[in-house]
Amino acid sequence: MTASELMDIALIIAFVALALGQILSMLRLLLGPTPGDRILALDTMVINALGLVLVLGIHQGVQIYFEVSLLIAMLGFVSTVALARFLLRGDIIE
Amino acid sequence: MTAETIGTYAVAIFLLIGSAFVLIGVIGLLKFSDPMTRLHAPTKVGTIGIGMLLMASMVHSFVAGEGSLHELLIMAFLFVTAPISANFIAKVNIHQAVSDAPPRPPRDDTWATLNSPDSDDEDLENRGQA
Repeated sequence: MTASELMDIALIIAFVALALGQILSMLRLLLGPTPGDRILALDTMVINALGLVLVLGIHQGVQIYFEVSLLIAMLGFVSTVALARFLLRGDIIE
Repeated sequence: MTAETIGTYAVAIFLLIGSAFVLIGVIGLLKFSDPMTRLHAPTKVGTIGIGMLLMASMVHSFVAGEGSLHELLIMAFLFVTAPISANFIAKVNIHQAVSDAPPRPPRDDTWATLNSPDSDDEDLENRGQA
């Protein structure tokens, strides 16, 4: 097996694993049962989306996806903290 | 075997390790039984899984010719923020009492997140009098 063939197979496996991860964490989002679990599932989905964008960038050989993934990382963190804080204090910015 | 071939093999191996960790973490998120236990599994997705994918992206950019180390920024950001968001979710779990109460800390009366400091109460009383 040559290097580029292995690379193509690895890219397919990475796409499938990340998409499967997205589906499984969506299942946890639906099942719950607690709000903490739902926040955690949303956080994992954001991180999986980040990984999907990164693998798409490797697949297409384009550098521009770096900015996209940085933005996703920052928005994911802020939204997780905002959700947790809303559940803790009943307010996001007091 | 040229450097480009070795680099391509490295990208493939990084991709495989990363996707394996992502899958393991998400299966843990789905199959563990307790909210606090479930909190533990997806940290692997956030650190090693995405770390390896970023590593693959970096090595791939060097193999393709236009090397970039930008991905280190995302890695640093994720490594800093993952424990913070996990801590917030754990606080939510403790406050909503969805899991077993954590054991008492060895020295203090209670955990910091459940404890309202005395000065806060005094402040409230003073404000009420004023």
